[in-house]
Amino acid sequence: MQDAFGLPQSLLVLGGTSEIALATARRLIARRTRTVWLAGRPSAALESAAAELRALGAGVRTVAFDALDPDSHETVLGKVFAEGDIDLVLLAFGVLGDQAHDERAPTAAVRVAQTNYTGAVSAGLVSARALQTQGHGALVVLSSVAGERARRANFIYGSSKAGLDAFAQGLGDALQGTGVHVMVVRPGFVRTRMTAGLPKAPLATTPEEVAAAVELGLRRRSEVVWVPGVLRVVMAALRHAPRGVFRRLPV
Amino acid sequence: MPAETVSVTGWGRTAPSAARLIRPRTYEEAVAAVRDCGVRGGIPRGLGRAYGDAAQNAGGAVWDMTGLDRIHVVDVADGTVLCDAGVSLHRLMEVLLPLGWFVPVTPGTRYVTVGGAIGADIHGKNHHVGGSFARHVLSFELLTADGTIRTVAPGTPLFDATAGGMGLTGVILTATVRLQPVETSLMAVDTERATDLDDLMARLTATDHRHRYSVAWIDLLARGAATGRAVLTRGDHAPLDALPARARSAPLAFRPSRLPPAPAGLPGGLLNRATVGLFNELWYRRAPRARTGELQPLPAFFHPLDGVPHWNRVYGRSGLVQYQFVVGHGHEDTLRRIVDRISAHRCPSFLAVLKRFGEADPGWLSFPRPGWTLALDIPAALPGLGALLDALDEEVAAAGGRVYLAKDSRLRPELLTAMYPRLADFRALRAELDPRGALVSDLARRLAL
Ligand SMILES: Cc1cc2nc3c(=O)[nH]c(=O)nc-3n(C[C@H](O)[C@H](O)[C@H](O)COP(=O)(O)OP(=O)(O)OC[C@H]3O[C@@H](n4cnc5c(N)ncnc54)[C@H](O)[C@@H]3O)c2cc1C
Ligand SMILES: NC(=O)c1ccc[n+]([C@@H]2O[C@H](COP(=O)([O-])OP(=O)(O)OC[C@H]3O[C@@H](n4cnc5c(N)ncnc54)[C@H](OP(=O)(O)O)[C@@H]3O)[C@@H](O)[C@H]2O)c1
Repeated sequence: MQDAFGLPQSLLVLGGTSEIALATARRLIARRTRTVWLAGRPSAALESAAAELRALGAGVRTVAFDALDPDSHETVLGKVFAEGDIDLVLLAFGVLGDQAHDERAPTAAVRVAQTNYTGAVSAGLVSARALQTQGHGALVVLSSVAGERARRANFIYGSSKAGLDAFAQGLGDALQGTGVHVMVVRPGFVRTRMTAGLPKAPLATTPEEVAAAVELGLRRRSEVVWVPGVLRVVMAALRHAPRGVFRRLPV
Repeated sequence: MPAETVSVTGWGRTAPSAARLIRPRTYEEAVAAVRDCGVRGGIPRGLGRAYGDAAQNAGGAVWDMTGLDRIHVVDVADGTVLCDAGVSLHRLMEVLLPLGWFVPVTPGTRYVTVGGAIGADIHGKNHHVGGSFARHVLSFELLTADGTIRTVAPGTPLFDATAGGMGLTGVILTATVRLQPVETSLMAVDTERATDLDDLMARLTATDHRHRYSVAWIDLLARGAATGRAVLTRGDHAPLDALPARARSAPLAFRPSRLPPAPAGLPGGLLNRATVGLFNELWYRRAPRARTGELQPLPAFFHPLDGVPHWNRVYGRSGLVQYQFVVGHGHEDTLRRIVDRISAHRCPSFLAVLKRFGEADPGWLSFPRPGWTLALDIPAALPGLGALLDALDEEVAAAGGRVYLAKDSRLRPELLTAMYPRLADFRALRAELDPRGALVSDLARRLAL
């Protein structure tokens, strides 16, 4: 069960090797979390992530999960929920893609969209139904500022996050009064392997800061969380900037 | 029976969960509800005054017992009442006071049910002389997981598991309770100030036994030499001859007044260090240094907060946490350290209450034990609160103390067995009585009760 501060005792990570998700898991294990499921594509990295969390004192299991195979989601996630209540589902999988390449390779672009958007629609709906049946829990969705307004530099990724973000907000509204809390997290540039090699953006943040923001958002039962918090204001301004101006901004 | 899926919280309005709310109007309906509880079970609920998740059951059923609200027999000669578990203490006072009887134990609010009073085995300002509520219960009828109704007498394992058992042994349907005779509905109250925590403990230790009711309000925002400064209010039911002549014609009148409720949707942050600090300062200054025999209406003495319905809304969206613990005599240093830590953290708490408990009660999970109990309300949004309370739990557990389950919404489950040594017996009894887990709550899931 979540406690008065929204801290979960059990956690299911979708995208079990995500650096942001693992920073969040470490933080939550230091608080109340005792049971962790890492769902992801089977790999050595997934197993070593599990071992790392186990060393912190949690019971950790891994489960094979592929965002690109929505037909399997019901079965895979159903098995996890059948083992016991999940207090927090952290939807963390996602791919950045390679914008320049993907513009010329539409099937690659589609994979970005299918991972970040349709894969999340499927996993999000399956998780939401299970949470609703147990009558409690939180679904935390890692969206991105990139979805707030599509940029020339990464609109394929950005549009997939825009779809995910809109989906998650609507799902949150649909789940009002069901005991299930949906929280959309919109980080800016986070230094992880996803962004390794990219030029550092302004207001860059760390997985640990995202984790701290998730914990705070759970306590406040926030519906949307920006990391860092000033991005809320920055993006409000950018969202209303005229197209011609926005195009020329160095963002 | 009609069931509606609703979001449910305790009085602290934290950690909501959804459940099918069912309101049995007859014992047969209650039996049917327990029999058909489904895979996620059910839990009885009274007036929802437990602060945390004790009367919630995510994904399952919550049985609202306030539909069973008949007072069956009042024995005016012997001073006992037989009533349904859904009857509130408020209702009992309305009916019994004019007859010259009062409830044996009342908490800081009248809006609790008899079922909730037994389920949490509540204590009042008279614990040091009268013990907990269940000590005054002569018997009750319990609907257990198998759908049968058993009559349960004090001194049996089922009684002691149910008193303080947080609704997890079954649904109490009726109870017979021994009452307290009174000549008037007024209280004769002595008030005094204590300048700091040591002064307060000394006063309580020296003279508590002279008063039937005793409690102290502590200013936890005071620091330095004033840390733990307090106002003691102690009293007893006023005898008839203490009343002025004009009041003697209706000595047992009971007319509590209520203000309009606090509005819904208030923003958080209204209760901050500045507003609460000012309130505490005024409260302390307003209290007389020493005054004896002041006549107060019963609600003013016992239930000042009941004057503002839904006052918990003032804490805004993130709600409030109440922290209440007890440490035994001889552990005054722990109490001092905890008060210091709370003061140092600047918790905006305007309801901190210190009381000396008497003898421990027989309930396996009953909270009271001889020593000092401190209770405080804190906005759940206060930064660092979770970690602070975790640290206080460690102190409490190390001193052999415990926190109160009826108030809890955040305890670390690992500490529970140290705090409640009879937990193993409780679990064993539940396993035998309720093998399929028909009775279950969010509290039970969170703490593995
Ligand atoms: C302002 C305020 C002041 C308070 N002061 C005190 C105090 O001074 N001393 C004290 O001890 N407590 C105090 N409390 C706590 C309160 O007395 C207890 O939480 C009490 O149990 C609430 O009763 P309820 O009818 O609202 O029960 P609920 O909060 O609805 O339920 C509490 C527990 O009792 C169980 N329960 C309810 N009905 C039944 C039933 N029919 N059969 C079996 N189990 C049942 C529930 O399952 C649950 O575990 C205070 C609370 C408030 C809000
Ligand atoms: N880093 C940032 O700057 C930033 C900013 C805003 C939002 N975000 C979002 O935050 C989330 C986590 O990002 P991160 O920075 O932690 O990146 P990361 O470490 O690269 O994690 C991405 C995760 O997605 C998983 N994944 C990718 N494709 C998958 C598939 N088909 N099926 C299952 N899992 C798949 C990866 O698993 P494998 O190990 O199997 O590849 C990995 O666990 C992402 O949704 C990302 O879009 C990141």
